[in-house]
Amino acid sequence: MAAPVKDPKIQVKRPDESIFKRLTRHQLFIPLAALALLVLFNLIADPTFFAVTVKENSLGNPVLSGNIISVLDNASELVILAIGMTLVTASSGGQDISVGAAMAIAGSVILRMVCGGQVSADTMQTPLVLAVLVGILVSMIFGAFNGALVAYFKIQPMVATLILFTAGRSIAAWINNNQLPIINDLGFKYAGTFLPGIPVPTPIFITILVILLFWLALKFTNLGLYTQSVGINANSSRLNGLDPKLIKLLTYVILGVCVAIAGFVRVSRSGSINYSRIAENIEMDAILAVALGGNALSGGKFNIYGSILGAYVIQFLTTTLYKYEVPSTALPAYKAVVVILLVVLSAPVVQEKLASVRKAPAKAAKEVS
Amino acid sequence: MQQGAVLEMRGICKYFPGVRALQDVDFTLREGEIHALMGENGAGKSTLIKVLTGVYPKDGGEVRIKGVEGAAVIRSPQDAQNAGISTVYQEITLCPNLTVAENMYIGRTKGAGANWKAMNSGAGKILESLGIPASPKQQLGTCSIAVQQMVAIARAVDMECKVLILDEPTSSLDEQEVIKLFGLMRDLRAKGVGIIFVTHFLEQVYEVCDRITVLRDGQLVGEYVIEDLPRVQLVSKMLGKELDDMADIKSEVGGGQIDMEGVPVLEAEGLCSSAGIKPFDFSIRKGEVNGFTGLLGSGRSECVRAIFGADRVTGGNVKVDGREVRIKKPLDAMKQGIGYLPEDRKGDGIVGDLSVRENIILALQVMKGFFRPFSRAQAEAFADEYIKLLEIKTASADTPIKSLSGGNQQKCILARWLLTDPRYLILDEPTRGIDIGTKIEIQKLVLKLAAEGKSVTFISSEIDEMLRTCSRLIVMRDRKAVGELKGADLTQSKIMATIAGGDE
Amino acid sequence: MKKFFALILSLAMILALAACGGNNNQPANDTQAPSDTQEPANNDAQAPADTNEPAAPATGDLITVGVINNDPNESGYRTANDAAMRATFTEENGYKATFYNNNDAAQQIATAQQMVQDEVDFLLLSPASTTGWDTVLQDAQAAGTQVILFDRMLEADESMYVAAVVSDMPAEGKTAVDWLAAQGLDEYNIIHIQGHMGSDAQLGRTGALDEKVAAEANWNYVTQQTADWDEATARTITQSVIDSGKPFNVIYAENNGMARGAVAALDANGITHGKDGDVIVMGFDSDKWAFEAVLEGSWNYMGLCNPLQADTVDSIIKDLVAGNAPAQKIIYTPEQGFDCETLTQADVDTYGT
Repeated sequence: MAAPVKDPKIQVKRPDESIFKRLTRHQLFIPLAALALLVLFNLIADPTFFAVTVKENSLGNPVLSGNIISVLDNASELVILAIGMTLVTASSGGQDISVGAAMAIAGSVILRMVCGGQVSADTMQTPLVLAVLVGILVSMIFGAFNGALVAYFKIQPMVATLILFTAGRSIAAWINNNQLPIINDLGFKYAGTFLPGIPVPTPIFITILVILLFWLALKFTNLGLYTQSVGINANSSRLNGLDPKLIKLLTYVILGVCVAIAGFVRVSRSGSINYSRIAENIEMDAILAVALGGNALSGGKFNIYGSILGAYVIQFLTTTLYKYEVPSTALPAYKAVVVILLVVLSAPVVQEKLASVRKAPAKAAKEVS
Repeated sequence: MQQGAVLEMRGICKYFPGVRALQDVDFTLREGEIHALMGENGAGKSTLIKVLTGVYPKDGGEVRIKGVEGAAVIRSPQDAQNAGISTVYQEITLCPNLTVAENMYIGRTKGAGANWKAMNSGAGKILESLGIPASPKQQLGTCSIAVQQMVAIARAVDMECKVLILDEPTSSLDEQEVIKLFGLMRDLRAKGVGIIFVTHFLEQVYEVCDRITVLRDGQLVGEYVIEDLPRVQLVSKMLGKELDDMADIKSEVGGGQIDMEGVPVLEAEGLCSSAGIKPFDFSIRKGEVNGFTGLLGSGRSECVRAIFGADRVTGGNVKVDGREVRIKKPLDAMKQGIGYLPEDRKGDGIVGDLSVRENIILALQVMKGFFRPFSRAQAEAFADEYIKLLEIKTASADTPIKSLSGGNQQKCILARWLLTDPRYLILDEPTRGIDIGTKIEIQKLVLKLAAEGKSVTFISSEIDEMLRTCSRLIVMRDRKAVGELKGADLTQSKIMATIAGGDE
Repeated sequence: MKKFFALILSLAMILALAACGGNNNQPANDTQAPSDTQEPANNDAQAPADTNEPAAPATGDLITVGVINNDPNESGYRTANDAAMRATFTEENGYKATFYNNNDAAQQIATAQQMVQDEVDFLLLSPASTTGWDTVLQDAQAAGTQVILFDRMLEADESMYVAAVVSDMPAEGKTAVDWLAAQGLDEYNIIHIQGHMGSDAQLGRTGALDEKVAAEANWNYVTQQTADWDEATARTITQSVIDSGKPFNVIYAENNGMARGAVAALDANGITHGKDGDVIVMGFDSDKWAFEAVLEGSWNYMGLCNPLQADTVDSIIKDLVAGNAPAQKIIYTPEQGFDCETLTQADVDTYGT
């Protein structure tokens, strides 16, 4: 069996490989290495970065505080989006660039519901659960709109979602009558801050819950197999009884759910929304998280945990840069460096070089034997 | 270098992780000869060619080319092209969204400017001289696969080459086109070009080749002058064992006992689809193997696609076991116990990046439903069972299917459908582009399935294969069923006559 | 069935978009109330206009105006600004007004050209860019259309427009910094959260603080970062300072949203702020909820940036029609800083938007 093998990731394991080489080939190698690098940098530069202290917040509850908690807390929206973005990428071979605008819509719907249409409200006018459910529903509809354009009208995902990217924040403005609504009910902010008596930020729990849900979904349904199959070869999938269009649509609807949850977390951090600024450029971070996780942006096989890790790495980087007071206008430049490294590392030319470097010692071993 | 040689390869080695793809292989090509490179899939033919053309770097040995001092350095296909080596690959490697002329000249124009007018007229002349039915300004993607293949050959021919490599060029050509291609090859031979011809079709080897080099498991078996190597010996050298008599697999396996009593397993009346076939009738009984035959593009694939619901069905009724059913999409057909192995293995069959295991369980999994995935253990058991049963050569069930050889990929697709335990299996060109050993295995399998009481529709470009397996043939011409042959009528000449039509 | 579903979805979206496009008038109606309080003043202004017929506009009784503004969705400030313009220039007030909103200067210029050709009496302009307006201004002058700038300036000779009603951003910054200096802290350790870099508001509000920090030994930046007007980013920046353990006692946020984000971080870490707290919180603009935060003593200071230039523009026009040119070319909208010690409910009602 001498079938040509191009992709070093898929090469079969060989007993004469060192553990290190097998490690470098693993899909999660890049995000893990990036994370290790960041941890190492902070350990050397200032070990207090990792200090976690217990403080008392303004409501008198004990809360955990520290950079690590900030990373885990602030990455929540990005992690949730990255999960949905991974599925969309896998099934349709493209990305949804409207997630930031769609978060503005979902957040606006939720705030409008809890504020009961007023500009500011001191108590929730609608039960929170209902508001969130409506937010999710609306977000699913917009997700389905994107998905329909991609799957049924066969528009390139970036172009299809450009529509909502452009219109989304205006729709959000319309939902709240061009007002910036504010809710002062503490109950609303539980999801974005702390639950009474629990010292860990609630977004961390919400994120864990979402990850858990997707873990279950991937284990107990064929979501993974179907989306990958459709993303790799839609024709084959159809001839095996799948409906590629429906599955693509489904992934966009699922992303819609993720967007609504992320939007909810974001608005419940402060109880208000500035629809023109909220979650600006988050789509780029979400796409970067997917890429950083070792997933091909052209679709097909995916590893959702890679994207999750990628999202945490991005937030870790952001927090580190903030700590060292790198101007936040310079943040995109640092992310660009990450993108360049990623793109270069995954370029076929470099992959081939890496493969030949890996192969050389193995060949030598063979010749000796 | 040897006298008269244009190309010499000595002691070529190539390793892939876990595999020795080529070991100490020698190959000599002389001026003005057509030299067949033979071997089963995985024997190393493609690898040898990719080493020669600079696609893969070699791990040992040297290449000498006439007119080049010392060992030739070929690090890229561009180097190979400059050294006078042109290649036409099995899979079309041109750009479907460019025009025919652009494809013929891409990468060959010097400098920044391009004289489109000259290119178009130049391309037009070559196409005309080769009798290729394509216009230079036509977008390549709109041509049939056969024409695209011929454009690729035209491109290679037009480059003044010393060595022309044809890697499975005929697998998507019909008879007439093959004849045309052979004429072309002979012309080039007369001009002194050395041609390396890689094919699975034994008949074609004996028709045009002067010499044969046989590879097996990455090693050289030998180089032979064609007259010294009878067909049977060639096959046994390729397989490394004496072959059962190929012609007589039917009597060996026994074939199916066709149940003529009950209602047909599937019966279609006036079926037609969006792919543009004329309404046709069709039926198949339990234990029967039948087939569609006809020239490329005659509509044989479209017929079976209509039965399976792969194209949008626009008319007709289908009865399964005498009950009327509506098959609008593949899943409907699958639920009726129909399986379909598509013609285009790469485009419609395999899901390349998924593992062998996932590819095997895919159809059954889809039938079982979204919310009821197989456990890992169950999936592994299924995969292992069929890897063993069909002798699929793979490193493990987790290996991505795209890294398997063509024949083994095809076996995986077969396994996929066998796993669904279909009552009726449609195999559209299951033997195309795969090695001869697997071809025979597949034909035997078809007969075995029939013996077990399943029904099979078998389509192949090689009439031999159909004669060996089918008890009834439906002949297609111009997207229309024009005849049905069975019993004593099932002979090569009768089939040819029916395909050709006219004075019956 | 699925295709049908897709179709319905697309239709729903188109409707949503259409509804969205048509919504621009809504805020105008919603915020009619504030302009009602100005009614008497308007009538006063109108009275002389009715009697002074020589300068009366050509088109019947109504003064025609073309209003070119930025997109109201740009910010809460812009929303209020646009709503006030729409509420003021109504037929009841004696105007026949055409409104156009766009953040693209090229589109604005094209529309302005059209309005000049339509011979409006006044062209009210909030330009999206400071350059490229020369032709429009010349044409306007030739056609006898008078140009009044509001909220934003452009690069042209003063003679090309009759008046400009704008916010004085450097003055806003100065007022705020003076107020902060008056608090008499021993040491000023400031978290400075900036707006979109290069914007007028950012430059003005940053400039005064930068000067003071450079001049005074006991004024220090703990961090100076832009949050691009974003609340969440402001929260992250503040949290990052808290995590680093550096002491600070002032948050100088260049708009209210960012101040709110910073306060969220303070609250999460149990750091007191406002009237009796450890950290002084300062914001800018005119949001009602921010006024309320100052009133409650949760914040210390808000620099008012008044988006309601409509009334001033209105009275300038009425004066011009009456034959009185404005006293100065550049008129700064009345702005001031509000302190939690002195702010009253009446101020909130007057200035809050």
